[in-house]
Amino acid sequence: MIEVKNLTKFYGPRQAVRNLSFHVNEGEVVGFLGPNGAGKTTTMNILTGILAATGGTARLCGFDVFDNPMEVKKTIGYLPENPPLYQDMIVEDFLVFSAKIRRMANKNIPEAADRIITKCGLNKVRGRIIEKLSKGYKQRVGLAQALIHDPKILILDEPTIGLDPIQIIEIRKLIKELTSSHTIILSSHILPEITAICQRVIIINQGEIVAEDSLEVLNSTMRKTESLQLTLRQGGNGIQDALSKLDHVLAVRVVAEKQFTIECKSNFHLQDEIARLALANRWGIVELKPTTLTLEEIFLNLTTEEKGVQA
Amino acid sequence: MKAALLIAKRDLGTYFNSPIFYVLTSVFLLLYSFIFFNVLSLFSFESFRAGQLTLELGMDLSLNKMVVEPSLRNMSFVLLLLVPVVTMRSFSEEKKNKSIFLLFSSPLRLSDILFGKFIACMTVVALMILLTTYSMGFLVWYGNPEIGPIITGYIGLFFLAACFVAVGVFTSSLTDNQVVAAVACFGISLFMWLIGWGAGAAGKAWYGEVLQFLSLVNHLDHFLSGVLDTADVLYYLSFVSLGLFLTYQVLESNRWR
Repeated sequence: MIEVKNLTKFYGPRQAVRNLSFHVNEGEVVGFLGPNGAGKTTTMNILTGILAATGGTARLCGFDVFDNPMEVKKTIGYLPENPPLYQDMIVEDFLVFSAKIRRMANKNIPEAADRIITKCGLNKVRGRIIEKLSKGYKQRVGLAQALIHDPKILILDEPTIGLDPIQIIEIRKLIKELTSSHTIILSSHILPEITAICQRVIIINQGEIVAEDSLEVLNSTMRKTESLQLTLRQGGNGIQDALSKLDHVLAVRVVAEKQFTIECKSNFHLQDEIARLALANRWGIVELKPTTLTLEEIFLNLTTEEKGVQA
Repeated sequence: MKAALLIAKRDLGTYFNSPIFYVLTSVFLLLYSFIFFNVLSLFSFESFRAGQLTLELGMDLSLNKMVVEPSLRNMSFVLLLLVPVVTMRSFSEEKKNKSIFLLFSSPLRLSDILFGKFIACMTVVALMILLTTYSMGFLVWYGNPEIGPIITGYIGLFFLAACFVAVGVFTSSLTDNQVVAAVACFGISLFMWLIGWGAGAAGKAWYGEVLQFLSLVNHLDHFLSGVLDTADVLYYLSFVSLGLFLTYQVLESNRWR
């Protein structure tokens, strides 16, 4: 559905995107993850034909963005970071205008507008002026604008930025509902968002892809270190020290009074050692379990390691 | 072209749903009317005096020369002041609030967007100019001016206004700051207006005539005196085309920066 090869973009001397290559299959939901300034927005602007790339190619639905921008633009819906809204327009009029410039046939527009207004929960505000809407509703109108022509590909740049937690949950729910019918690329620098919505994640840092895989694979490959969570019946002062003295243990953190997180090297099966120690000292094990690395940690690992390489 | 009209229609909605159009038109009409009635009262004073003296003197008094021409010439100056305010928002505002991304990511050609913006501004300015025809109606009702020069005068004003609009659309494509866009438009328009003054300084040198030809307002004089010359029409059309061409280049080059 989306094929990107060696995409490069210079802003003057500054290289915003370096040799980006990736592909997205039909029906997939892919997350673009990266810190601010990583090149996510630039990549999306190139995919949507707003910017021209300095080098490389991008094909969407079989059409090249550079050779055939009109066809590409017909098949995509784009929600930039700031929703592109005409503040002085009425919600419904704005959506009709969006449909028209997407070259929809006039007779299909009222129906499409109704459908999208219901889908995005805009019924209450359809007759109101966009300027007067809350940020959450504006974001919904932005999403509705991107969806009204029922595009095959949906490109969403930081769709939940600047929203309050309740609005974030609502927008995420809305996006999740769309995953069944559209191929979606979504960018974010907020990890839980990607975990909540995407099947696959592409991590970008300083214009380059540093990792690209499904969340499960990323989770396992990134586990150079393991962490174990230990809960005990007894508390005590010596416990943290005793645990730290075990071989292969890197760090022990006290989570609660009788709860510890133990960071250790992978593949040494420290559970046995810890259990033995706990039995010998009569600490009373309540629970001992491996904690999987969160994507947040993966992300930190990836970007900090990359920074180390660069410096 | 259909797409251009869509964009023009949307832009016009913004003008008509906000106070911009009404305030601009009111100011424009007030200024023009003030000029017109002053010119007219001067004329009536002159003709009254001529009537008291000799009949022959009165025969030289022409409504066209003494009322229509100066009124329209002064209107062109009011347009110079106000057209930048009409055009300043066309690209600048969309760039500022990012709505331009909607247009750029839609299946529209850059030329559609550009013509849409131009048509919208031109419609507003044309409406403003058309509203001033009440003054000519007044003259026709109570006097008998020649209709020909009035019509060519208005045609000339439309062409001149189109030049200002082209400059304004161009300057607003350069910046996301409306004030900068307006000031730049005013500056360029006024310069192109005054460029003929250089002809005086150039004396008999060959470029004196060139400067004279380049001046926006010299061509208007021909229209005002009732002459429809293809050279003047071509000059104005080239001016507008150049403005739009440059705007297109700016928009296109923005994609590469």
